[in-house]
Amino acid sequence: MKPSRFDYHAPTTLDECIALLSRYGDDAKLLAGGQSLVPMMNLRLAVPEVVIDLNRVAGLASVRRDGDTLVVGAATRHHDVAMSASVREAVPLLAEAAAQIGYPAIRFRGTIGGSLAHADPVSEMPCVAVAVDAQLVLRSPRGLRTVPAGEFFVTHFTSVLEPDELLVEVRFPVMPAGAGWAFVEFARKTGDFAVAAVAAQLLLDSDGRIATACLGLAGVGERPLRAVDAERLLAGAAPGEQAVAVAGEQVAATVARQHGGTDQEREYKAHVGRTLTSRAVRMACERVERSS
Amino acid sequence: MITTAVTITVNGEAYSTEVESRKLLCDFIREDLRLTGTHVGCEQGVCGTCTVLLDGQPVRSCLLFAAQLEGACVETIESLATDNEHLHPVQRGFWEKHGLQCGFCTPGMVLTAKALLEENPDPTDEQIRTAIAGNICRCTGYVFIVEAIQAAARELRERGEAVDA
Repeated sequence: MKPSRFDYHAPTTLDECIALLSRYGDDAKLLAGGQSLVPMMNLRLAVPEVVIDLNRVAGLASVRRDGDTLVVGAATRHHDVAMSASVREAVPLLAEAAAQIGYPAIRFRGTIGGSLAHADPVSEMPCVAVAVDAQLVLRSPRGLRTVPAGEFFVTHFTSVLEPDELLVEVRFPVMPAGAGWAFVEFARKTGDFAVAAVAAQLLLDSDGRIATACLGLAGVGERPLRAVDAERLLAGAAPGEQAVAVAGEQVAATVARQHGGTDQEREYKAHVGRTLTSRAVRMACERVERSS
Repeated sequence: MITTAVTITVNGEAYSTEVESRKLLCDFIREDLRLTGTHVGCEQGVCGTCTVLLDGQPVRSCLLFAAQLEGACVETIESLATDNEHLHPVQRGFWEKHGLQCGFCTPGMVLTAKALLEENPDPTDEQIRTAIAGNICRCTGYVFIVEAIQAAARELRERGEAVDA
């Protein structure tokens, strides 16, 4: 199908963009990479009266280091996040996840901000943002506010973004030296929507034990979740097969307890959650051991 | 604005025109420019048959509005061969290795493969399969497509070496 008629605006500055947003509010949709919005418009699931294209707004697509923070502009494309030397060095988990989004043609257009604002509970960027406690910087006519990723996502395709608000940048804590990481997902075919995904980052103490574990889960709930029970069990553990098994079992138990679907779905998601968590923790442990 | 004035370069030729905001790039290419080599399948970014190169990179032309593309360079399948005697190596690979049956997915498949080989001149079969994962073919089973892209890669490498020598 074809999209319904809309008014098209292509502002070149953030101020212009905010002015348009505050004028049209709920009637407007922001167009970044278009890899989720345009399919929805073509299917008439989204029928915005106004489309505000962010692709010509100056300064929204960039990656920079600000001390212990990696700042990624909202319009930075997945391909550029995946290939960026700064991202790979500062937050390798983010680069690894970006490389697994969709197909090459999707990654050349899709953006990190678009993916976060879309708030699909199975997608990669929300999972990583929640896992490593990224901060999302939002701009509106009222100014800037910063929201932790853990508070940004509400439910399926719903975030705390107000109709006149725009996500401008995402701030990721730089991964400490000697940490291990992994992003693993399972999809029915390469590049398809994931069934589930796990983001893991393990920080070690001076004795080589896990000091802090960050585990993000996608596809097992109505928004990306932290596997807090498994994280707690991993803290103080030695990296290795014992930790892998404990984390996997705990995630399976949590998903089995909390998942809202049918018995079959719950059982399946618990199984996938266990398997992916085990794979992610194992890979993160191997990287810890290799780098220490 | 319901319509937008744009200048888009397609296959080396600049087109200046007013487009309706909602006109998809694939429809602009097919209906306004009458370049019907770009096929349209699902119109929701899943099948990959409408893939074109935008500033050298493969993109879904059903997920872009023509109005967005002021100043952009688009290459479609028509840009590859000037006539039947002068096929692009990727096209020749598909011809010689029987990389197509009905031909519906072929334009997107060929352009995706061309972009892959420019980035990675010596891909493994697995890298080829990953690169074309977003291009769905319901005829071939992909085996001959992978062989076609490998044949093209060989030809392009040999040609590159000949130029270097």
